[in-house]
Amino acid sequence: MSVLAVNNLTKRFGKFTALDGVNIEVNEGEIYGFIGPNGAGKSTTIRVLLGILKATQGNAKIFGQDAWSDAVEIHKHIAYVPGDVNLWPNLTGGEVIDLFVKLRGNNNKSRREELIQKYNLDPTKKCRTYSKGNRQKVALVAAFASDADLYILDEPTSGLDPLMEQIFQECVLDVKSKGKSVLLSSHVLSEVEKLCDRVGIIRQGKMIESGTLSELRHLTRVHMLVETKQTLTGLYELEGVHAIEEKDQAVSFQVDAEELDNVIKHVSAFGILKLESTPPTLEDLFMRHYEQKDESEVGGAS
Amino acid sequence: MAQSLFKKTGSLFRFMLRRDRLRIPLWLIGITFFTLIVPIAFVDLYASQHERDGLAETMANPAVTAMVGPGDLENYTIGAMTSHQMLLFTAVVVGLMSIWLVARHTRADEEDGRIEMIRSLPIGRVSNLNATLLVLCVTHVILALITGFGLYALGIESMGLEGSLLYGASLGGIGIFFAGVTVVFAQLSESSRGTIGFSIAVLLIAYLVRAVGDVGNETLSWISPFGWVTQTEVYANNHWEPLALMVGVAIVLGVLANYLNAIRDLEAGFFPARPGRKKASAFLQSPIGLAVKLQCTGMIAWAIGMLVMGVAYGSVLGDLEAFFEGNEMMEQMLVAEEGYTLTEQFIPSLMVVMALLATVPPVMAMLKLYGEEKKNRIDHLLGRAVSRTRLMGSYLIISVVNGFVMLSLTAIGLWSAGATVMEEGLDFGTIYGAALVYYPAMLVMIGLAVLFIGVLPKLGSVIWLYVFYTFIVLYLGGLLDFPDWVGHLSPYGYIPELPVDEMEWVPISILVIIAVILMIAGFIGYHKRDIEG
Ligand SMILES: Nc1ncnc2c1ncn2[C@@H]1O[C@H](COP(=O)(O)OP(=O)(O)O)[C@@H](O)[C@H]1O
Ligand SMILES: [Mg+2]
Repeated sequence: MSVLAVNNLTKRFGKFTALDGVNIEVNEGEIYGFIGPNGAGKSTTIRVLLGILKATQGNAKIFGQDAWSDAVEIHKHIAYVPGDVNLWPNLTGGEVIDLFVKLRGNNNKSRREELIQKYNLDPTKKCRTYSKGNRQKVALVAAFASDADLYILDEPTSGLDPLMEQIFQECVLDVKSKGKSVLLSSHVLSEVEKLCDRVGIIRQGKMIESGTLSELRHLTRVHMLVETKQTLTGLYELEGVHAIEEKDQAVSFQVDAEELDNVIKHVSAFGILKLESTPPTLEDLFMRHYEQKDESEVGGAS
Repeated sequence: MAQSLFKKTGSLFRFMLRRDRLRIPLWLIGITFFTLIVPIAFVDLYASQHERDGLAETMANPAVTAMVGPGDLENYTIGAMTSHQMLLFTAVVVGLMSIWLVARHTRADEEDGRIEMIRSLPIGRVSNLNATLLVLCVTHVILALITGFGLYALGIESMGLEGSLLYGASLGGIGIFFAGVTVVFAQLSESSRGTIGFSIAVLLIAYLVRAVGDVGNETLSWISPFGWVTQTEVYANNHWEPLALMVGVAIVLGVLANYLNAIRDLEAGFFPARPGRKKASAFLQSPIGLAVKLQCTGMIAWAIGMLVMGVAYGSVLGDLEAFFEGNEMMEQMLVAEEGYTLTEQFIPSLMVVMALLATVPPVMAMLKLYGEEKKNRIDHLLGRAVSRTRLMGSYLIISVVNGFVMLSLTAIGLWSAGATVMEEGLDFGTIYGAALVYYPAMLVMIGLAVLFIGVLPKLGSVIWLYVFYTFIVLYLGGLLDFPDWVGHLSPYGYIPELPVDEMEWVPISILVIIAVILMIAGFIGYHKRDIEG
């Protein structure tokens, strides 16, 4: 069942088109990764979803209700962490957390203490003294301390250290295990890869790809590092091999997922001493998409 | 070491001038225009010495002295009139300009993290501070020169070169003085709001101390920088000594600020930071609770200010009474209004100024809603189960109550001080009524603020121009003999002047209706627009 559905969403700021026909669907119990470079339109999409911005065209529905006109009703079941957490300098973190939890409606006191401990936050300090990471922690504690059905998180880890990122991921998986849904925007691709069931990629206001990670594998490349008994030759002639680099005795290169079989066959003929392969990252997926697009554009022009 | 503290002050100075390349010229043009237009108008309106003496007669009372300071009433030339009516008032405006400009370049930049970027460059620790002071000094020297020579260039007989230059220099001097004050508070306070708040508090106190001093106790006036401004006796005796006092104290303040800046951490202040609450109080659990908490300190400060202002004006009433008793001509001139003492007849002209000042805090309270939006903090509320109506409604309620309280406090202050110093005392109902009758006009201003926030938030600060316009019209309206429609462009122009005038319910009711319409339109607009971020 779909919890969140964005249909052909367009948002213009004056003449500037920030979002151009965006479609997103998040199902119940699913973690959806919303990826794009800076300025792609992630925050804009999310702010339309929250009814803070009004869609120019198209619509956004959450729990089947309209994101703009039924905002308050929807928000009773949503937890949101903004990308840029600005807090009131003269309130303490503890006060802000309480206020935020209270403003949603339902309260969960024990969870609050537990999360404050977990995130190692001092709730008696004024927000003025908090670093970016600490402000983000305040928003995260407030979000996870409330029993929401949908968590909307806009680049929530951009200020957190790796240890805190770990804890954040635990929190996300924890709410998922309770059957809740998550919309997680990020430009940190490895994070999305670890957590998300499906991803959507946005660039310059347009969704360029979406689907499950395995569906997007055709866009990805495996990184390989091989050392062979005989000198490895003929790589350049093979299809689907990229970025060949000689390193001491070994050779590193990238292989398109669909050409993997051919390449391994070719390489094994030289007597493999060492073979390392790293799974494709979303970075590659990204690169690959644009390359493909450039190629097809060039092709179209000729 | 010492040299490295000041490194690159010059570059920062040029950078600030560039950032303010519109702001400062606009301030200067505004103030100069204002300074020059008034004597020109006086020449038209009070052409003969006879007319001017007539005016001087009505000015010769403590209530006026409290408001505009002492003047050379014996020899009321155009020059004497200009310096009497305008110098102090313009000095206050120049002081405010200094406060805003300094706060903007010091604590506000620091609070928003911009100074941190600057400090990471090879730039001295106190360079920013001194570049700011330099910008302000240059600005005020220019102000002094153009107003000074400008006044002289008008070619009005009683406005000689020395007096004109002293006039300009007094404005520049007070500007430099308040730059010094603000730069110290920018070190002491951790926020730009605090910096501006404390500095304006000093400005108001200085004004009031002078008011009380000018009426009764001349030594008291010498404590206040505004006292120094009026002691220059521009276009009469032309004393230059008070200027040395202003600049001297400003230099001391500047050195103090340099010292404080050099020994403190970036983004820290000197006022002690109290450890905060671990949990939110029961009070801080709703948008309205949050809004009150955020503005609490400021509102209390304003409330005290309003009360003190009421008391200050009220305490003048006793002197006024004594003054009338000894002046038969005045008694005959003003006795026409039946049923009211002469003193009471002065109340409307005090009230309108106080009502207008009391409009500032509620309008600020309303505009705070947009201030929060610009700082991206509204998302936290609207992203939760808070509707836009509830959010805006919370701010509106605070603003409306705030305005009522502020007006009431001025009336209470005026009445209680007046009652103690006057022989017969004052009727509380009369005073309170004379104050509250301005409430509908205040509601229109608040309604306008709501409308701006709902429809054209970026232009919200235009409302201050409107408040300022009203102030000018009411302050100078009688003096400059404006046509009626000029006053009627402001809601305050429709308020009956109680207790002298009859109460009129029609304009009052219409104003209330207009206020409600503005508010509804604002709410509708707020519902339809994007929240900025
Ligand atoms: N209120 C606004 N007015 C004009 N342009 C905006 C506004 N908000 C965002 N934009 C523009 O829309 C684009 C998308 O921004 P955003 O959604 O914040 O990107 P991101 O994916 O990094 O979150 C950017 O080019 C940004 O400059
Ligand atoms: Mg963003």
